[in-house]
Amino acid sequence: MNKVKNYTTVNQKNTKKLMFWTAAWVISMAIAAFAPRFIWDFNTTLTIIGVLLNIAAGLGMLLANRQYLIDLDEMQRKIMLEAMGLTLGVGLVFGLSYELFEDIKLINSEPEISHVVIVMAITYLIANIKGHRKYQ
Amino acid sequence: MKNRLKVLRAERDWTQAQLADALNVSRQTINAIEKGKFDPSLPLAFKAARLFKMPIEEIFQEDTEEQ
Repeated sequence: MNKVKNYTTVNQKNTKKLMFWTAAWVISMAIAAFAPRFIWDFNTTLTIIGVLLNIAAGLGMLLANRQYLIDLDEMQRKIMLEAMGLTLGVGLVFGLSYELFEDIKLINSEPEISHVVIVMAITYLIANIKGHRKYQ
Repeated sequence: MKNRLKVLRAERDWTQAQLADALNVSRQTINAIEKGKFDPSLPLAFKAARLFKMPIEEIFQEDTEEQ
């Protein structure tokens, strides 16, 4: 039973890489958001560096996620595709309805993008769990 | 689609993890194929046929009840 490359090893390596870049992106986002006010008193050069670092980490996260998806096997990729499709749909419908609710005065508060991100993250998580259960 | 993956694997005394390694997929995928919950793509089915040194139709058969 010769093997070219071990699926589990590649998957674990890709997961670790994705975790590293996601952590880097979250930390750099926190730095870009809070450091100008609390650390360097809105120094423009440092703020631009902070933002550029955040964008670079975001790019790293995107590429790591792309590689993660490419190296998944066909069933895992199908589960991910279904979860991502549902997440995109829910994000679109919820996001636009949320904004509409404010326009037509059904809600008083200003819609926050973070609320849409939370709904999308929860949808993705549930869809992923359901997808894995479906093929168990 | 029906398949004889579980029988063929048992005949060779392989675990799901070993077969998954040989086909370069996850153990969960082998489990889902064996249970008939997931139909493999043609390249994966051919890979399995090569591994078991059998014609593809001796491993995978059309499930006529699905028709």
